[in-house]
Amino acid sequence: MDKNIYKFIFKHTKGQQIYILLVTICSMPFYYASLDIPKLIINSALKVDDPAIQGDEFPRPLTILGIEIMDVSQLTLLGSLCVIFLFLVLVNGGFKMYINIYKGRMGERMLRRLRYLLYSRILRFPLSHFRKVSQGELIPMITAEVEPLGGFIGDAFAVPALQGGLLMTAIFYIFSQDPLMGIASILLYPIQGYIIPKLQKKVNLLGKARVREVRKLSEKIGESVSGIQEIHANDTAQYELADFSQRLGTIFNIRFQIYNKKFFIKFLNNLLAQLTPFFFFSIGGYLVIQGEISLGSLVAVLAAYKDLSPPWKELLTYYQIQADSRIKYDQVISQFEPQGLMDEGKQYSDADEFESFEGEVAAANLSLQDEDQVTIVNGVNFKFPVSDHVAVVGSSGSGKEELMLMLARLIEPTGGKLNTGGSDLAEMPEAVTGRRISFVGQNSYIFSSSLKDNLLYGLKHRPNGLEDDSGSADHAAEESVPEEKKRKKKEKFGKVDLAGASDGTESPSSRRHFLAEAARAGNSVHDIFVDWVDYNSAGVGSTNSVVAAALKSIEIADMAEDVYQYGMRGSLNPAASGEAAGRILKARTALMARLQEPAYADLVEPFDRATYNMNATLAENLIFGNPVGDAFDIEKLAENSYVLEVLKKADLIEDLLSCGHQLTATMIELFADLPPDHELFQRFSFISADELPEYQVLVTHTDKEKLDELGDEDRTRLMSLPFKLIPARHRLGLIDEAMQVKILEARRIFHEDLPEDLQNSVEMFDHEKYNSSATLQDNILFGKVAYGQAQAAEKIGELVAEVVDVQDLRATVMEVGLDYQAGIAGSRLSATQRQKLAIARAVMKRPEVIVLSEATVILEAAAQARILDNVLQEFSAQGVVWSLHRASDAERFAHVLVMKNGRVVENGSFNDVNQDGSAFRELMENE
Amino acid sequence: MATDLQQDVDLLRNVPLFRNLDAAKLKLLAFTSERLTYSAGDNLFLQGDSGDSAYVIVEGEADIIIDTPGGPITVATVKQNDWVGEIAILCDVPRTATITAKSKLTTLRISKDVFFQLIMQFPQMSVEVMRELAFRLERTNRQLQEAVGKLKEAGAA
Repeated sequence: MDKNIYKFIFKHTKGQQIYILLVTICSMPFYYASLDIPKLIINSALKVDDPAIQGDEFPRPLTILGIEIMDVSQLTLLGSLCVIFLFLVLVNGGFKMYINIYKGRMGERMLRRLRYLLYSRILRFPLSHFRKVSQGELIPMITAEVEPLGGFIGDAFAVPALQGGLLMTAIFYIFSQDPLMGIASILLYPIQGYIIPKLQKKVNLLGKARVREVRKLSEKIGESVSGIQEIHANDTAQYELADFSQRLGTIFNIRFQIYNKKFFIKFLNNLLAQLTPFFFFSIGGYLVIQGEISLGSLVAVLAAYKDLSPPWKELLTYYQIQADSRIKYDQVISQFEPQGLMDEGKQYSDADEFESFEGEVAAANLSLQDEDQVTIVNGVNFKFPVSDHVAVVGSSGSGKEELMLMLARLIEPTGGKLNTGGSDLAEMPEAVTGRRISFVGQNSYIFSSSLKDNLLYGLKHRPNGLEDDSGSADHAAEESVPEEKKRKKKEKFGKVDLAGASDGTESPSSRRHFLAEAARAGNSVHDIFVDWVDYNSAGVGSTNSVVAAALKSIEIADMAEDVYQYGMRGSLNPAASGEAAGRILKARTALMARLQEPAYADLVEPFDRATYNMNATLAENLIFGNPVGDAFDIEKLAENSYVLEVLKKADLIEDLLSCGHQLTATMIELFADLPPDHELFQRFSFISADELPEYQVLVTHTDKEKLDELGDEDRTRLMSLPFKLIPARHRLGLIDEAMQVKILEARRIFHEDLPEDLQNSVEMFDHEKYNSSATLQDNILFGKVAYGQAQAAEKIGELVAEVVDVQDLRATVMEVGLDYQAGIAGSRLSATQRQKLAIARAVMKRPEVIVLSEATVILEAAAQARILDNVLQEFSAQGVVWSLHRASDAERFAHVLVMKNGRVVENGSFNDVNQDGSAFRELMENE
Repeated sequence: MATDLQQDVDLLRNVPLFRNLDAAKLKLLAFTSERLTYSAGDNLFLQGDSGDSAYVIVEGEADIIIDTPGGPITVATVKQNDWVGEIAILCDVPRTATITAKSKLTTLRISKDVFFQLIMQFPQMSVEVMRELAFRLERTNRQLQEAVGKLKEAGAA
């Protein structure tokens, strides 16, 4: 990267800087004219007896810029001058706006370029560097610290050129009036030019210190957030606060020093600026008295001097800003040039011409030292066929972990060579290592997207369609992606309201503009919204078979059951084939039949249009469908005007009010003397602890017989409660048979009268239709699991699984499960699920060699064994290098490397190394 | 109209353990408990499971079965108004026995937090729990005595 901000700016914006300078120069005459017109208005249009103007009678000629246009009367003259003035104001404003926008765009583009460069460098940092820099440091550098540079970049050349020009003109004018005066006017500049940079240098140093300290501060905050559990667990909040206070104090002192120096510089500048007129009056006055210059000249020089100081001030301000920007730039850049930064070509070049790995993996004197020159891997030699199954065993700290990282080319050796298929692994582009080798460590990272996206992550190397002509590339790719997929991808980006700004997704043409702009800022022009999945490398032809491959990987990673469960809780993609929905309906019918068996009697109460479902809420019984959107949200049902209308027609209002009243009384009886934060409140009460007192007042002050007279708000309050009542669960007996009949009537009215605009707000339960807003589980069940039946949920779960298998729906369900969102850093998955998903991701890529570094250590023993078997079987023809935490598992591998203290101490088949007294035997015995 | 919940409350009132609770607390207990029905042969829980609730027998009978090296032994039978499963929630150990429904069985499942909440609030209830546990201990001691006596007899003979 360019070490100096000016080099960086000049390299990328040369032409634009010159252009902006030219435009600025072009704008000057208009600017001067606009300053001149007011004088002209006063002097020629208003002043009648000016001897300078020929003849003091109107009509007189209108003179602009020395050109006589025509004879005009006084009023016409005033009018035309004013019109000209207005015109010039508009022109000047236009110029200013154009220049500012142009500069702004240039600055923003450069900011974008800089940020992009910095981020691209993070992606090329050697892994070891991340032990030295924290997120807390890197994030503010790219986000906040470089932000002000954008503004400076626009001004970098234009301001000094323009203001310098103005300054020179004014100085020249003064000199032309009188050389002595000229000298007087610039007498103090050398002094300022000497002292101010000296002071500024100190400010710069302080500025650097400030940036460093603030960076440490953000690192500290990041650390506290990550370690928040430890802080609470150890009562160290006071300690952390004192630490933070110390840092803030340091920053305060630095900033205060900066202010001291800054304002001293300002004071000095003002003082020197005021001193110059002192020279004018003293020297100039003397000269006038001596008769050497005329009073008129002195006045003119003084006026010129007034024009001299604004550009000078501008220049000084500019000087301070550029000093500040230079520090910021230097400080940021220096953090992005770590030793061992990956060569750009390695990450960017493609793998096209590269032969597949064939032959051997061979290490020759392979060594690794860490930053402190401690030897971790010490001159290791070994050789095995690429497609071999190799177990690496050794105690922790034996260097096996690092060896695995080197085999996956995640770290590079500091000595020796590691060849794969005859070529040096260190020389290969990432396009080769990243596609043909899979790596799974102990703590794999899961991205915040769906399980499927995480599985496909290993296949997103380059956008599809790059082989086409570059001109039509984006277009071709655009069409090859199904709309649905594009929409989903856009959602990922477009969640924030852009307030009218474009994210380039509105139309194909806006997309092209968007990417063209990216090119202008030197950013990636690969379109994120096209399909990136490398289907060839996954060994599948299309989007459909990729799902099958994904499911197979899930199976291998022993995660099928989890995905099945997620699928049951998910719902079919509405755009998906009706065929799957059809099979779900068949499963529903099949389940219904099975439920007739005595063993399952009474476990499920199916939805039936004509009966009240005792295991469903009142709301479900009334609407008899799934709410879509917010219109029929159960929390707000009592406020919904349509629902109220229906209830009124069914004569239910009074029932609900009295039901709500009784329910409130019961809740108060049960919960009133529990502490408000008691767990039972949350789990069982219809009324939250905060609201209970209000309800208490409401109930005690209301006569049960006079509920009709309540105000709207209180009525809503009471009526909203019973909607959540489930007779079988709550056993309160508040919904008697008469009321059930009325609710069934209300259900009928609700459906018959449903207005057009609400049709889409509810999806009815219909036993012949798939309900797209319900989960798969609910769709198959089409009813409610009965309360009060022991182990009902388990029994039903097994039964549903049977039916799903019979209908051949398991893959469909699991496909839905793949859409489950993993959460931030996979937080919605358990640690074991994350690890399994990472293994599945590595398998999905179908690498030539899969490298696993104690990848299953956190899993339970049975799962470990299953995954080991599955992976070895799946990769029977490809390479597997597995660093095992249990030496006994090595029996299943063709080749065993035993590591100890950074060396390979034993090397051979399981029987070779499993000898009495061998290091391997020792490891086995220590298990 | 007597509601289901009211039935449960009446039922709980007859359980010695809860007889000192006032009506509101009994109602809370009933409301937060789950009424569960089992068929003959169903297990309430298995020895070794982790436990988070106790059960009051509402109707029917159940066997308390302990796995021993010599095979499962039925140590007692519980019936209406008895309660089981308290050991696992009192001392946080896995279930010490298997409970199997002998006939069609209805229970009220009381969750751990409700149980503790009540014990904290009502010292009388703790006394009842202690009394019951002491009674069971006494019974166990007696059984142990008998067993040891039989063993000695067998040894002497």
